[in-house]
Amino acid sequence: MLTQYIGRRLLLLGPLLFIISIISFVLIQLPPGDILNMEVLRLRSAGTQVSEEQVEALRQLYGLDKSLPEQYWLWITNILFEGNFGTSFTYVKPVSEILAARVPLTAAVSIFTAVFVWIMAVPIGVYSATHQYSLVDYFWTFVSFIGVATPGFLLALVFLWMAFVMFDISAIGLFSQEYESAPWSWAKIINMLQHIWIPIVIIGMAHTAGMMRTMRGMMLDELNKQYVITARSKGLTETRLLVKYPVRTSMNPVFSTIGWMLPGIISGEVLVSMVLNIPTTGPVLLQALLNQDMFLAGSIVFILSVLTVIGTLISDILLVWLDPRIRYEGVA
Amino acid sequence: MAHDSLLEIKNLMTYFHLHEGIVRAVDGVSFEVRRGQTLGIIGESGCGKSVTAHSILRLVPSPPGNIVNGEILLHRGENGNEDGFVDLAQLDPRGADIRAIRGAEISMVFQEPMTSFGPMHTIGNQIIESILLHQEGVDGSEARELAIENLRRVGIPRAEQIVDAYPHQLSGGMRQRAMIAMALSCSPRLLIADEPTTALDVTIQAQILELMTALQEEYGMAVIFITHNLGVIAEVADEVAVMYLGRIVEQAGVNELFDNPQHPYTQGLLNSIPHIDEAKLARLRAIEGVVPDPYDIPSGCAFSDRCPSFMPGKCDSAMPDLAATGPEHRVRCFLYSEAEEIVTEVADG
Repeated sequence: MLTQYIGRRLLLLGPLLFIISIISFVLIQLPPGDILNMEVLRLRSAGTQVSEEQVEALRQLYGLDKSLPEQYWLWITNILFEGNFGTSFTYVKPVSEILAARVPLTAAVSIFTAVFVWIMAVPIGVYSATHQYSLVDYFWTFVSFIGVATPGFLLALVFLWMAFVMFDISAIGLFSQEYESAPWSWAKIINMLQHIWIPIVIIGMAHTAGMMRTMRGMMLDELNKQYVITARSKGLTETRLLVKYPVRTSMNPVFSTIGWMLPGIISGEVLVSMVLNIPTTGPVLLQALLNQDMFLAGSIVFILSVLTVIGTLISDILLVWLDPRIRYEGVA
Repeated sequence: MAHDSLLEIKNLMTYFHLHEGIVRAVDGVSFEVRRGQTLGIIGESGCGKSVTAHSILRLVPSPPGNIVNGEILLHRGENGNEDGFVDLAQLDPRGADIRAIRGAEISMVFQEPMTSFGPMHTIGNQIIESILLHQEGVDGSEARELAIENLRRVGIPRAEQIVDAYPHQLSGGMRQRAMIAMALSCSPRLLIADEPTTALDVTIQAQILELMTALQEEYGMAVIFITHNLGVIAEVADEVAVMYLGRIVEQAGVNELFDNPQHPYTQGLLNSIPHIDEAKLARLRAIEGVVPDPYDIPSGCAFSDRCPSFMPGKCDSAMPDLAATGPEHRVRCFLYSEAEEIVTEVADG
């Protein structure tokens, strides 16, 4: 039954991805003018003479003289069959090369952040629920309100300022200067781990706060249910019965957000990354959009959309696999 | 007498300390459950019958609930051995001692078959868990066999398949059967059934009652059966305790209670059952008034403000004792602690 369900979902994936690719392509075509206008403007303002013939030659080179469907076809077939996402105008490099440099670091930051969020939020949420209205519960409630209400970039600024003023540390970047452009080595990885916790804590703060509240609320609902008392009446220890019954049921929101995390892993947090000067994908996408760097922006939007779809699929399969109620009611 | 007593509750008081004040949910309850016998506890919602049951297994949530006084003696010694008992009221509600008793010596069946099982695990998983917890030297596959055997005993068809079913795949009646199978999986000496049939429809209710009576004979266990349904109590109980606002107001053998109800509250309960041979348009005789607010219980006898035999100056001044009016019959009412003439007067009227 489960394999049937997965098969059906995979079949639906094809048409969905096709539609997404069209939307991504249309989106990047929407702003008036194209990348050549920008490029020509830049060249002219720099004093370079650009003739109409030269512009036309560039237009042909990038395939911009063709009709939109043709352009789309060219774009998507290149991606699918050659892994060629096109060339970025601003960086004058293949898009795949730019992404390859940034995606691993972005993924590292995002995955560590997710792990941090879970390790913090789940136990605190459970503790807050089982000790509702205790001092500890009030403390974490207070912290989580601040965490949810404060934008991450502001936290990042405050943190940077405090680190600089109080400890004379520059908390910017993922590496110390001597490792910035050094090739990968154990020393560089260790250096990264020394820096990476700052963005993790700051980016993770809001997620942790939200997840903590969700976990607490779910647990409070579950704790009053009869089956918890049944489990207790069987003689289970408190910890064991909590973990086996209400915590397990309360984890559904955690599992269902795994799907949304997948695109987040690649995109990274834009504002915090910019403030802390972390080389993730987020700032690149922002710049690409501002510069109408069509192939770069389009590729990132397309990749993120695809990951969103795949992530949602993974979440759905996880939920169906983990929660028998969904398995038998929704799917059968 | 004491030798066949399994559970003795003496002057149990379980209070809830809430913002609005103290709720005396159980306020001086004493009774005895004998081996192999069924004690029925009956009363309206909020009379403290469930809290009494939860107090025995120390399941009352604390805070806000607390056992402030009393003893709950579980006799373990075999016939005549007075030494073997443990006072459950003194145990740590989270400690290993009470956990070893829960589900093994005393187990419980609850009202809500829909939510009594955890939704994420199979029925079998949850029964096996109980078996592995309390029965030493039983391994996983043996426990599974035992679970299937238990399911079969409670009349579940295709038990070897149902053992792998999730709770939501079963009907309410089946779930309650599975619940009973789980409660009996470690052959307890006392089963506390807290309104086990209330949420079921009448035909299923009858089946479950029949099943419980049969299993009680088979296992030889004692049962505390809590319900608000007089018909159910008449069918299953050997002895009945009637509770009102945290106190037992009348206690007697089941036949004695139905033939000769003495407390005005018990009489009111029995009168409020519609009879099939009554004139068609006769109104149902309900007890006047409503159960008082738990924060504002009348002084004196708690039932005085609704009582048809209310005696001014007496019933509102003091709480009557639970006094014997016959062999195996005790009543908490001034009507019977007074001179002989009052008793006859009431009996005639």
